[in-house]
Amino acid sequence: MRHVLRLTAAGAALALTATACGGGGGGGGSEGGGEQTGTALKGVKIEVAAKWTGPEQQNFEKVLDAFEKKTGATVTYASTGENTDAFLGPRLEGGNPPDVAILPQPGLMQQYAAKDQLKPLNAEVTSAIDANYTPYWKELGSVDGKPYGLLVKSAFKSIIWYRTDAFDEAGVQPPATFDDMATKTAPTLADAGITPFTLAAASADSWTLTDWFENVYLSQAGPEKYDQLAEHEIPWTDPSVTQAMETLVKIWGKPENFDGGKAGALKGKFDSSVTDVFAREKAAMVYGGDFAAANIGTTEAKVGEGAKTFPFPKAGDTTPAVLGGDVAVALKDNKGAMELMKFLATPEAGTIWAGLGGYLSPNKNLKAEAYPDAQTKQFAQQIQASGDAARYDMSDLTPAGFGATPGEGLWEGLRSLVQNPSDIKAVQDRLEADAKNAFKD
Amino acid sequence: MTSRDDEAASPPSAGGDATPEVTAGAVVAGPAAEVAPPGDGDPRAGSLQPPSWMAMGFLLPALLILGALVVYPIIYTVYRSFFDATGSGFVGLENYASMATDDDTLISVRNTAIWVVVGPSLVTAAGLLFAVLTERIGWSTAFKLIVFMPMAISFLASGVIFRLVYEQDPEKGVANAAIVAVHDTFSSASAYPGANPRKTDDTPVVQQGDAGPVQTKQAVPVGQQVMVPLVGIQDDELPPGAAAAKAAPAAPANGISGAVWLDFTQGGGGERGQPDASTEKGMPGMTVEAVKDGQVAAATTAGMDGTFTFQNLSAGSYTIRLPAENFAPRYAGADWLGQTLITPAIIVSYIWVWAGFAMVLIAAGLAAISREALEAARVDGATEWQVFRRVTMPLLAPVLVVVFVTLVINVLKIFDLVFIIGGGDPRASVLALQMWTESFGGGNNQGMGSAIAIVLFVLVLPAMISNIRRFRRENA
Repeated sequence: MRHVLRLTAAGAALALTATACGGGGGGGGSEGGGEQTGTALKGVKIEVAAKWTGPEQQNFEKVLDAFEKKTGATVTYASTGENTDAFLGPRLEGGNPPDVAILPQPGLMQQYAAKDQLKPLNAEVTSAIDANYTPYWKELGSVDGKPYGLLVKSAFKSIIWYRTDAFDEAGVQPPATFDDMATKTAPTLADAGITPFTLAAASADSWTLTDWFENVYLSQAGPEKYDQLAEHEIPWTDPSVTQAMETLVKIWGKPENFDGGKAGALKGKFDSSVTDVFAREKAAMVYGGDFAAANIGTTEAKVGEGAKTFPFPKAGDTTPAVLGGDVAVALKDNKGAMELMKFLATPEAGTIWAGLGGYLSPNKNLKAEAYPDAQTKQFAQQIQASGDAARYDMSDLTPAGFGATPGEGLWEGLRSLVQNPSDIKAVQDRLEADAKNAFKD
Repeated sequence: MTSRDDEAASPPSAGGDATPEVTAGAVVAGPAAEVAPPGDGDPRAGSLQPPSWMAMGFLLPALLILGALVVYPIIYTVYRSFFDATGSGFVGLENYASMATDDDTLISVRNTAIWVVVGPSLVTAAGLLFAVLTERIGWSTAFKLIVFMPMAISFLASGVIFRLVYEQDPEKGVANAAIVAVHDTFSSASAYPGANPRKTDDTPVVQQGDAGPVQTKQAVPVGQQVMVPLVGIQDDELPPGAAAAKAAPAAPANGISGAVWLDFTQGGGGERGQPDASTEKGMPGMTVEAVKDGQVAAATTAGMDGTFTFQNLSAGSYTIRLPAENFAPRYAGADWLGQTLITPAIIVSYIWVWAGFAMVLIAAGLAAISREALEAARVDGATEWQVFRRVTMPLLAPVLVVVFVTLVINVLKIFDLVFIIGGGDPRASVLALQMWTESFGGGNNQGMGSAIAIVLFVLVLPAMISNIRRFRRENA
């Protein structure tokens, strides 16, 4: 009964949107026709839910403010807390979801889509996505060919942070290739008495290992194979995986590369792996996404001065660009929700957001100049340079039991590679068995 | 059913109640004559007892709540354990079968077994020890308070505390800080931990194994010089007074001379394999040996600039060796959260939390023991140990069993400490944690989780039953 009612309401909303389309002329760009006056959505109330709190929430609310000013709608923000599903699940069940939600993983989007809890994006939003995103990101936001989601905020994971004074002391430069890093940078640092890396390979932090793997694999095997592996269309026993692991072992297989040796690495936590480099000066380099800047902020090192980054070095032909990020979806099919989605897809929203800091966008039309600091500009340029080869974090694309669980699947498989680098085959067999299990359903 | 059971199980108390009943009955007269003799067990015996339908009526709410909150979940868990992750596909016993083959689950079964065998007995033993000892000291209340205090801390917080205690780095973890401090008191650290030759072909020396001895690749004939360039430590790790590196002095006719120095110029540059006096320093105090046919022919120590000379060697060629003692790595303490120690380490934290609980219960039991028995034994000439072993222990046995069984049940469902201290490490996992991981912690397979829960339930049952039996016996 309630279902029927909702459908009718949706139908009415669709009709409304259609008339609006006819009048306003869907542009998809930043202009938006007669909406400059800010009355197009007067009186419309929109609720947006995302996990952000604190400064992240404030920045996002500024973007929402701009939307309000532009359209006259009233937007309220609700924080979901860390577990988005725990917040949205009951509200979806109760038939009272927020209009728009921002999900931390595409997996959650697929889960909701499978239960018919998401509303497909309308033509206007889709064309805005087409204009601003490469086809890969559109595909990522789609389930069974229907567009549902829009990657609004990304985390960039193809970065290695280094301590500049350690590099100066050893007289080394950021490496251009993975081989250089393994055979020149790391040994020279070791010769200078500086431990090259800290590695966060504790069970609960082994996602860092998956990021190492993804960068190497994307670089060596290329984006097509990357997609196939993410979908488990090729097995984890594939030779391309062997090659990537052999490459990783060039660094992972040498305990002297890590602070605390193998035992130290296997207990390393992400937070302390960053502070051990920049506050306690235990090592020279650490893997961490752009978000590691927050951890560096707790030390005396300054991002861009004492703490710099270099792109994750190429291990093959492709310059790796691995991104994580948050996907916006519409949970109600009404004019407000769709207009907001459209707005979020534009460089206009991105520019406001970028100017506030702590934000990185996969939007290809967002100019690097929009970012306030040199460091973020560098990330943005790196992402744009990789163009169509940029990929979403593979471990977040696989079922959570395989790609996102401490002590299981990919996390623990790669951790066992650190533990026993000589037995790549065993690791691959184990991963394949786990993947079969996880992809079964 | 329930009421009949109760009466059957507790005839003496029924008998006790019977007396006032009889009196009451006598006052009212008439039906009192029908009052059955105590222990007869006829449920309709006392007409003054409420009819059974009324008893049922009063019990009904409790039964309903119990049924909804306990019985139904158990039955549904059993049912759910026969289905796959989605909950729609019937898989029969497959979940149970895969428990027997899944490595992680097997490890958690093994760990749970270790926990059950070791945890409760150690905690009971510790509690007994504290209880017996505190009985004899003046400030026992203060001591008990301190031992009991961890019980006031949430397990999560205790886990965080021990996570820090077991931190690998001696600068952070108190356990390793203590071990390293003790270790370093008795054996002094080597002078150059971490120093090693470059691992390239152009160096004249090679290291055997990790932190092993460093020796020349070729034997050095008498009258020649030998260069020992080392890297891998920083300038400021050199001993104070280390002087600028120098080339080896001219070798005496019957000896060998050489130089051992830190062959790394800060900021890069410098010529490899050559002592650059302006930027590089010698490694004073390095022990150097001249070895021939496996025998140490002479030994010396490098000077402030890293040079050394062997005099009076008999003719021939010698391997120049820097023994491993020079390079022994700094002792780093125990690998607490590594493969072998992780479960014992968590059990220690469990003892820390629960010893106070065991102590308080056992102390209460001790206080209840009749002093006469102990004194009689002492008067008979028993030693304190004999008194403890032959008198106290048997009298205390029921309390010890209660504590032990309670702890067994508690240990079977241990979760928080393992979750926090183990940090998701599957080598520390126990069944209760595995159940959570499989069903909610990312595995998202509630069928499998239910199967583990059922196994856990079956394992707890014997302990539960023995507890209930004993309560009955004690009430009897």
